[in-house]
Amino acid sequence: MEIRPIISALMRSKVALILIGVQIALTLAIVCNALFIINQRIETMNRPSGMNEADTFIVGSNGFGEGFSTKNTFVEDLALIRSLPGVRDATPMNSLPMSNGGWSEGANLQAGQKVPTTVTTMYFVDDHGIDSYGTKLIAGRNFKPEEITVRDRGAVDWPPGVIVTKALADKLYPGQDAVGKSFYINPEGAPQTIIGIIDRLIVPWPEGFSYNGDHSVVENSVLVPQMTAYGNHTGYLIRAEPGRRDEMMKTVEAKLIDSNHGRIIRGVKSVAQIRAECYANDRAMMIILGTVIFCLLTITALGIVGMASFWVTQRTKQIGTRRALGATRASILRYFLTENFLITTGGLVLGAFLTYAFSLWLMAHAQEAKLLPWHYVPVGFVCLWLLGQLAVLGPATRAARVPPAVATRSV
Amino acid sequence: MFSYYFQLGLRSLKRNPVLTALMVLGIALGIAASMTSLTLMHIMGSDPIPWKSDRLHYVQVDNWDPNQPYDQEGNPPDQVSYKDAQALMEAGKADRQAAMFKVALPIQPENPEVKPFLSLGRATYGDFFAMFEPPFAYGGGWDHAQDAQHGRVVVLTRDTNEKLFGGQNSVGKSVRMNGVDYTVVGVLAEWKPRVKFYDLTNGALADAEEFFVPYTTMIELKMQASGNNSCWNNTAPGWDGYLASECIWQQFWVQLDSPAKVADYKVFLDNYVNEQKKLGRFPRPLNNRLLDVNGWLQNQKVVPKDVQVQVGLSFAFLAVCLINTIGLLLAKFTRKSGEIGLRRALGASKPQLFAQHIIESGVIGISGGAFGLLLTFGGLVLVRALYKDYANVAHLDWAMVAATVVLSTLAAVLAGLYPTWRACQIAPATQLKTQ
Repeated sequence: MEIRPIISALMRSKVALILIGVQIALTLAIVCNALFIINQRIETMNRPSGMNEADTFIVGSNGFGEGFSTKNTFVEDLALIRSLPGVRDATPMNSLPMSNGGWSEGANLQAGQKVPTTVTTMYFVDDHGIDSYGTKLIAGRNFKPEEITVRDRGAVDWPPGVIVTKALADKLYPGQDAVGKSFYINPEGAPQTIIGIIDRLIVPWPEGFSYNGDHSVVENSVLVPQMTAYGNHTGYLIRAEPGRRDEMMKTVEAKLIDSNHGRIIRGVKSVAQIRAECYANDRAMMIILGTVIFCLLTITALGIVGMASFWVTQRTKQIGTRRALGATRASILRYFLTENFLITTGGLVLGAFLTYAFSLWLMAHAQEAKLLPWHYVPVGFVCLWLLGQLAVLGPATRAARVPPAVATRSV
Repeated sequence: MFSYYFQLGLRSLKRNPVLTALMVLGIALGIAASMTSLTLMHIMGSDPIPWKSDRLHYVQVDNWDPNQPYDQEGNPPDQVSYKDAQALMEAGKADRQAAMFKVALPIQPENPEVKPFLSLGRATYGDFFAMFEPPFAYGGGWDHAQDAQHGRVVVLTRDTNEKLFGGQNSVGKSVRMNGVDYTVVGVLAEWKPRVKFYDLTNGALADAEEFFVPYTTMIELKMQASGNNSCWNNTAPGWDGYLASECIWQQFWVQLDSPAKVADYKVFLDNYVNEQKKLGRFPRPLNNRLLDVNGWLQNQKVVPKDVQVQVGLSFAFLAVCLINTIGLLLAKFTRKSGEIGLRRALGASKPQLFAQHIIESGVIGISGGAFGLLLTFGGLVLVRALYKDYANVAHLDWAMVAATVVLSTLAAVLAGLYPTWRACQIAPATQLKTQ
């Protein structure tokens, strides 16, 4: 093969060689790590919330002045909302998945337990909760209307029957049927019996909720059959008939404003928008990293084109001589492609080390960063080999077109 | 001589416009990426109140659960309980002190045209204004007497005053909030700290306050804080039970005008906690903290991890762009060997050739830097579009513009130095042989 002459030719311009090699190495390191971050973000954003996100929206009410009754407001508003054609169901709501604001508690298996077994978020709903959130009851039963109570400020007791997510049931009673079993939200109080289990409903903080480093608690939720009558605030989650959400958002807001002038109706927001806001930073990071990858690959490819063009121009005479001595066009083309392959490979080997150095730096600096999985490196190798070959193809073709006569001209 | 070299440089650059554009674009993109991310880090991490950040201190005392630390890093809780805030206010050991918490109140404007709206504000003590020095357009803060008698007074921010009174001097007028009338004592001028450093718990980049009311008044009216609240044990029922609890929901700042006073205040805090331990509170080991503004910003990791990662990646990207430019310049100067050899043979000295080529690479670097600065503005517009919270922090300040100029000059010199040096090493004889 012609590798030896290529190498000895390259050794004549070591600095240029090192520069391109380092450039390719850095490119590999940045692209692999950036792609890994992007993939992690995609994974986070694709986590199912467990609720219906297409037809649901929320609305809040803040009453003012003396004599405002939160409890009556809950009852009247819910009756009004549920009576509207186009509304499938509605429930009192204190918080919901991805809203980044809510209530968390410990869950204990024993009375008097000092350190909770796990942690969970609390969603305060009534007997319409499961249908309004759009989650699925997979075992046990729903709340009955007579089980719904009002929770006062400073209350330390919890109702006797609650519904939990499958994740929480499995954590408390692994491998067992948890329905009918009990646990303690307040280890000093009475126990709560699990009356039903829902498929899935994630916490309001999908990216920040953990317990002693355990992130699986993100699906630990408890549905509590209570309305939280604190201050003068009431909140509702409304599920519209399919396709009628936007229309219902306007209708519900208008109807609630009309029903009582001693309050402020605010925060009408679709759950789709809440999701978008929750993951806005991940989306931004993906766009920024994607832009950096694109610019980087473009710059590197153009850099290779530039260098190769110069080398071709510089060696025009030598190419002509080789052609005159009988080298075919194909062998000239092959020469430049092989040369590029060798330079790229050298850079990539160095790049593999740099990639992991960079990954370690990220682990030291970035929250929850993991070590780069090995398969990113071979994929990166193949991509950069292809990029290099494509970039050099133009100049190499030009080199192959150099006529043998050039060799005779200036000598 | 300079203008001659400049012309030679321009001519040489014009000879390969595509290559020149590629080099300029490379430097510009590298500069823009690193300056955009660096600006975010700089503004978020920079001192929000430089003239007194070392005198304002955030008080932390560890009243947490005996069975579990507040967090895994061993930090004391990031807020204080009502009980401790009250004890520290009453002791009054600092030059100035202010407990505070976030409140949400419905404002009911007298003007029937303006619908009632929910407004986010801050319940605090009169010292707040002297400590954090928000600028006043009209009037001023309230005094200790108002704190003591639970005064129904309010300080409006510029935007709220605009909404309620059309921006007029409203001092002495009345504002109805949640069914209670408050007298306006002051109206702030525009005040937008880039980072809301006095309440990091409820969002470092959260929107600014819309009004300020006395803390004591809010407590009397049993107004629950609308910010973060954390409890590790059960509270007794009712409002009084809540106030007596170990729940943390307030921020506590002190102003201490000398290092000696800081040391004294630390001793005072330790003594206070030890006294409380005797009463059965503070079951955890003594862990009090008194960080100044910058210490507190660092402790709370105000600069997001994502921004740090972006800075790291963008500087690696800049390195690639520079290496790319060095390679291309090197190739270009090598190709000019004949011309350089000829000039040397005709009597040009090495320093003259060096000057000529460093000017040529300087032109590339400086155009790259200037273009990069333009792209940085574009990058920050993109950042503001992508991150809604960053509206206040994604802006260039003079320090960053200066840093861009320095960085691009440095980049240009770095990129041009080696190729220039190489060009000067060319021996005239070998180059002239083939001419």
